[in-house]
Amino acid sequence: MTNVIEFQDFSFTYRSQSEPTLRQIQLTIQAGERILIVGPSGSGKSTLAQCINGLIPFSYPGTWEGQVLIKGQDARELSLFDRSLHIGTVLQDPDAQFVGLSVGEDIAFALENKQTRRPEMQEIVERVARMTDVETLLHARLNDLSGGQRQRAALAGVLVEDADILLFDEPLANLDPVAGQEAMALMDRLQRDTNRTLIVVEHRIEDVLVIPFDRIIVMVDGQIIADDHPDVILSNGVLQQAILREPLYVSAARWAGLAVQPSDQPSRIDPFLKQFNQTDVLERLEEAPQKETVTSTAWLELEQLAFHYRQGTPVLENVTASFQKGTLTTIVGQNGAGKSTLAKVLSGYQRTTGGRILLDGTDITNQSIAERAGAIGFVLQNPNHMISKHLVQEEIRYGMQALGLSEAEENERLEQTLRRCGLYPFRNWPIQALSFGQKKRVTIASILVRRPDILILDEPTAGQDYRHYSDMMDFLEGLKQDGMTLLIITHDMHLVLEYSDQVCLVQAGRIRYAGTSFGLLNQEQLLHHAHLKQTSLFTIAQYLDIDPERFVESVITTERKEREQWL
Amino acid sequence: MAVEMLGYIEKTSPIHRLTGTTKLIGFLLFTTATMFTYDTRVLLVMGLVSIVLFRLSRIQFREVRFVLIFTALFVLINALAVYLFEPEQGVAIYGSRHVLLEGIGRFTVTAEQLFYLFNLILKYSVIVPIAVLFLVTTHPTEFASSLNRIGVPYKIAFAVSLALRYIPDVQADFRTIANAQEARGIAVSHGSLWQRARNSIQILLPLLFTSLERIETVSNAMDLRGFGAGRKRTWYNQQTMTRIDYVAISCIVLLTIFSFVVTFHDGNRFYNPF
Amino acid sequence: MKGFTTKQIVATGIGAAVFIILSRFAAIPTGVPNTSIETAYAFLAFMAVLFGPVTAGLIGLIGHGLKDAILYGSPWWSWVIVSGFVGFGIGLIANRIRLEEGGLTTRKIVLFNATQAIVQAIGWIIIAPVLDILIYLEPANKVFVQGAVAATSNILTVGVIGTLLLVTYAKTRSKAGSLKREV
Ligand SMILES: Nc1ncnc2c1ncn2[C@@H]1O[C@H](COP(=O)(O)OP(=O)(O)OP(=O)(O)O)[C@@H](O)[C@H]1O
Ligand SMILES: Nc1ncnc2c1ncn2[C@@H]1O[C@H](COP(=O)(O)OP(=O)(O)OP(=O)(O)O)[C@@H](O)[C@H]1O
Ligand SMILES: [Mg+2]
Ligand SMILES: [Mg+2]
Repeated sequence: MTNVIEFQDFSFTYRSQSEPTLRQIQLTIQAGERILIVGPSGSGKSTLAQCINGLIPFSYPGTWEGQVLIKGQDARELSLFDRSLHIGTVLQDPDAQFVGLSVGEDIAFALENKQTRRPEMQEIVERVARMTDVETLLHARLNDLSGGQRQRAALAGVLVEDADILLFDEPLANLDPVAGQEAMALMDRLQRDTNRTLIVVEHRIEDVLVIPFDRIIVMVDGQIIADDHPDVILSNGVLQQAILREPLYVSAARWAGLAVQPSDQPSRIDPFLKQFNQTDVLERLEEAPQKETVTSTAWLELEQLAFHYRQGTPVLENVTASFQKGTLTTIVGQNGAGKSTLAKVLSGYQRTTGGRILLDGTDITNQSIAERAGAIGFVLQNPNHMISKHLVQEEIRYGMQALGLSEAEENERLEQTLRRCGLYPFRNWPIQALSFGQKKRVTIASILVRRPDILILDEPTAGQDYRHYSDMMDFLEGLKQDGMTLLIITHDMHLVLEYSDQVCLVQAGRIRYAGTSFGLLNQEQLLHHAHLKQTSLFTIAQYLDIDPERFVESVITTERKEREQWL
Repeated sequence: MAVEMLGYIEKTSPIHRLTGTTKLIGFLLFTTATMFTYDTRVLLVMGLVSIVLFRLSRIQFREVRFVLIFTALFVLINALAVYLFEPEQGVAIYGSRHVLLEGIGRFTVTAEQLFYLFNLILKYSVIVPIAVLFLVTTHPTEFASSLNRIGVPYKIAFAVSLALRYIPDVQADFRTIANAQEARGIAVSHGSLWQRARNSIQILLPLLFTSLERIETVSNAMDLRGFGAGRKRTWYNQQTMTRIDYVAISCIVLLTIFSFVVTFHDGNRFYNPF
Repeated sequence: MKGFTTKQIVATGIGAAVFIILSRFAAIPTGVPNTSIETAYAFLAFMAVLFGPVTAGLIGLIGHGLKDAILYGSPWWSWVIVSGFVGFGIGLIANRIRLEEGGLTTRKIVLFNATQAIVQAIGWIIIAPVLDILIYLEPANKVFVQGAVAATSNILTVGVIGTLLLVTYAKTRSKAGSLKREV
């Protein structure tokens, strides 16, 4: 075995930072290994990845101590181009990586840069496209592709170089569950067929572990706190220590009182499932939760809604649904199903091309964005689209400008909202100095000060670590208790189970299901068509032949208690 | 607000079959020639060629109607402006004065002025269809490689390709940002001029930050895939030149030479019938 | 082309796309016929200060050229060239302002505005009309009036909106270590 990457007592400080972001890193990666890197947001995972692929120090200068060796050579002596021949990187946002005007052109990008001749180039592009299953899409443009197809095209663009180290930074962040699983299967096959080295950075540990890994590296605060076989990492409690989301079935095992041992192979659900036994679990199940059925009347109603961006290609058709006051509805569906579009139509960002929208019985279909904004607040997926001020405080105050409040009232709302969003300590910070998760909360706060009746959030938890995810969701749940109506778009099925009163499944522009989350997860056929997956808790419940609802609720209750200890 | 912009229209036609390079050369030579000439005879010949090429391309008038109407309006207003500023420009050019109508004050109508304005309008009526034709028959993926082939450094050619790639994305950003501001009661489309200028900042800033972030990620992605390391690069979408391309280029070169000779042989860019 | 970094090329391409979208959607009509507040030039001036003369010159050329082409069918070359000139000219002071480092002093703001006013005056009042006359043989007084109107409105636009962009951007470049949580 040869070492392809070696970090020796390595530290790195970004030029603008006073403290090192990576500290005393010791890490050796051998040819053909599969490595998963996990850690809370801001712990330095992407920084580490950038030290490998060369963006550090080429794009982000800073102080470099210790050594990084790539195939035995000092990394600082290799140019970015040299490194690109060894290391292929797929960035977190495949859209940003897509620089060509068509898929074929984008795949060929690296070959063009190497001045490969055209006939040879075409041959390689076709071979790689077959390998990644995009050969029918070579003429397609970015906008014609689904999320999963984008990811595969990005991967193809990296594979043409024959780099023997593949580096993925959060490959699953924007994918629906099935697309995510397919992406992992593809990585698995590529690694096995060609014995490349595979390095993956990801928050969704359970979803990555659908394929086997050799090691998991856990980072906290710029240091590697654990580096071991997945079975060890999943059983020795290091993930809880770092406040990371362990696979649900492992949480369930601990809940069931099982001592999780490396020898039980907790990194693979199939062998691990055998550890559970029905009697133990039944003993611990709590009373079936008495969910109060919400009795309030419909607050927001959609009648036969239709919408299209281009004549002849409907994006929404015949959408009929109703949302009750003081409830939380999750909206799920595969990439490109029309979820974001539905949110835009509800908030007036797009005008409907048919049907009606009723708010508390009043027809608001023809109201402009501004008229609706008093009642409906919409938090966009990308926080940068909403931020236009310099300081946190200014930005939030700015949202109230057009409301005509007295100064005292403004100040009171401002302070209250800042505190509730956990932003009070940062109120005088420049927004650009905040992390992604904090920025997201600034945009939520800037809508909340307006006190809308209904709040729509587009994928609020994507790319967040477990702690920020839970903080945000618990906060939103509090708002619901105060009578706010919430609509949340998400790909996270566990979130759906834990928080939603109602779930709407959007498929090909129609609502295929509206009802309880357990009702949806019981319909395997429907899930399958909509690219969704049951969570592993369901798998366990089915294996043990117990009521999934009681089982899931019991595990969730325990998790919540554990979360209270973080404070 | 569906935005009407010119873009590639897929068809099979002799014009579509030419390589991007041929079309680019044709477009550049043709528009340069027409830009410099005011010779009515040349313009009429060019006009005929442009109509023939348009027919050959199988592009329907209605597919590009919006641009043509828009431009026609612009050309007419421009001609009117020229008249208002300089009613005697034609007289100065052709060196004679045939008054058709005395008009009010300096606003007389002379045959020379009318003929001059006619030439002005004719000129644009010839250029625009060709330019439009170039845009709708050249696939954007071929554009960059064609620029590179006629001598533009590849890095600049690629910048043009990036611009084409990101126009829809930036447009989507712009719309979303404008909407998000409107949702907070800030509108750029009404209010006093000063207010609108002030509000436009609230859209420009988010667009600026979003774009700077995009520049950073895209340039990282390109660096990681080895962009800019070599002195040259090849192009996946470059078509090989065939006989008919060379024939087409020869024709257009001849036409250009013809136009320049006829236009400049008497030291004056105008044809003087008076 | 050797010193041209990938970042500058991407800034050129995406900058041109932003320029096009701003000219198309964010121009504010003033009421005076054929004149509007072209926010695109405020953006161009900003990019010039951030990325320097070559990048900004190309943003002007490519952005304006493509904009004319895809909106009107054909570029109006004389004004396209001036957009490139304006970007290039303002970009010449990039090294004196060093926007990336923050700390935008009043002196730098004055320098920026003096430069943009001179460059745009030359561009719109001299170069554009002269090219219009040379290339298109348009009547002199028409093109000079047009140039003067464009110069006034663009100098004001860059002066107000462009300066605001610079100031806000510089503020976000605050020094690390200056941030503390407040209770
Ligand atoms: N370009 C930069 N300049 C200065 N500091 C930076 C830069 N990029 C990241 N940092 C700092 O380095 C720290 C680690 O960032 P990094 O992006 O590596 O985190 P991460 O573990 O990948 O987080 P996430 O899961 O949110 O992606 C952060 O606290 C951030 O403030
Ligand atoms: N601005 C637009 N113009 C034209 N088509 C669009 C536009 N935005 C989205 N679409 C198309 O509409 C369909 C629905 O897109 P939408 O963004 O609503 O999907 P989504 O369910 O939110 O997907 P994801 O889970 O990937 O976010 C897709 O086919 C998409 O390509
Ligand atoms: Mg990261
Ligand atoms: Mg979406």
